[in-house]
Amino acid sequence: MADQGKVDPMHQFEVQKMFDMFHVGNHEVAFTTSAMWMVIAGLLLWVFMIGGMKRQLVPGRWQVAVEGFTGFISGMMNANIGPEGRKYTPYVFSLFMFILMLNVIGLMPLGLFGVHPFTVTSHFTITGFLAILSFSIVLIVGFWRHGLHFFSLFVPHGTPWWLLWLIPVIELVSFLVRPFSLALRLFVAMTAGHVLMKVFASFIIDGIAAGPAVGLGVGIPSMALMVGISGLELLVAGIQAYVFALLTSLYLNDAVNLH
Amino acid sequence: MPQISQFAESWYAASQIFWVLLTFGFVFFVIGRGMLPKIEATVDARDRKVADDLAAAKAAHAAADNLEESYRQQSDASRAAAQKAITDAKDKAAKDAEKRLAKVDTELADKLSAAEADVNAARTSAMAEIESVAAEAAGDLVAKLSGVKIAAADAKAAVKAVLHG
Repeated sequence: MADQGKVDPMHQFEVQKMFDMFHVGNHEVAFTTSAMWMVIAGLLLWVFMIGGMKRQLVPGRWQVAVEGFTGFISGMMNANIGPEGRKYTPYVFSLFMFILMLNVIGLMPLGLFGVHPFTVTSHFTITGFLAILSFSIVLIVGFWRHGLHFFSLFVPHGTPWWLLWLIPVIELVSFLVRPFSLALRLFVAMTAGHVLMKVFASFIIDGIAAGPAVGLGVGIPSMALMVGISGLELLVAGIQAYVFALLTSLYLNDAVNLH
Repeated sequence: MPQISQFAESWYAASQIFWVLLTFGFVFFVIGRGMLPKIEATVDARDRKVADDLAAAKAAHAAADNLEESYRQQSDASRAAAQKAITDAKDKAAKDAEKRLAKVDTELADKLSAAEADVNAARTSAMAEIESVAAEAAGDLVAKLSGVKIAAADAKAAVKAVLHG
């Protein structure tokens, strides 16, 4: 909450420095709230995965849940890339689970327990890093496997010869836009959702401040909408993680199989 | 928007990148490279086991089908054999009965003809006796009634004429 008791919907995205660590050049590296939630997400994911490591022939509930996630991603890789996709499953699985965990943690009502929740994926430094990582892997795999032939990606099959001056340019631009669309999609979806929820929450607070009649008239519909939007945001959290992983797998398919 | 305005702070970008590198590195190497292949191996092993078991079950089913088929054929064959044995026995019995019947028939016919011959012989001898007795009686009757003696041969001829029409 910002000055004058007003709700600032952007305040939730502020990264707080918790303690200093060391310097890289003139940049200071600190342990921040963002770092804390990333560490928590990584540890929670690790604990979740340990439950799937019992390796029983007839799995228990937890193992089924873990195998459901791994099966989901390996099925997607198999469908999009083929048998060669298995090699990249660890990366895409890590990506999917990490983003999903960060998205969902950001939605948890931890404020009720006095903890300040924070959505790491609402920062384009994070989503941008992951997007550039994916894009770099696509470039490395593409040039590693196909050498300069990888550029044939920009000339799709069946391009008429008299369009050869235009199509590669369009393809190149759409190829270069990929990391930005990948990073911005996740960052915007998370930011927008959390702003929306914060705005509706501020409606309730401001309504109550304006008196009981306004408080009920505005508060109840806002609360109802909040409930719906919270459910929607949980869906978005899953979908955005899925989209990030899906697009990464599709881009990897371009690099592995060249159209 | 803090995502943009915080770039002004010297620690923001460096801390974000450092920590995402560290945590995502942990997730990738420990979870993605370390744990995921083991879980996938478990799933693959299970899938293979299920497939193998299904194949074994299918093979066992086919074997059972074959066994049932051969059993059915065998039972059909033995039923046919039994049927044939029964009909053979019936035929043989009928033929035996016929043969025996024929033999008995001929024996009976022989006996019958022998008996008939005996009867005929007896009748002719009886006839002859009757003729001689009748001739004698006729001779006596004629002698008593008319006092005429007739020769035995004439009486015999006369009786023969009456008896045989």
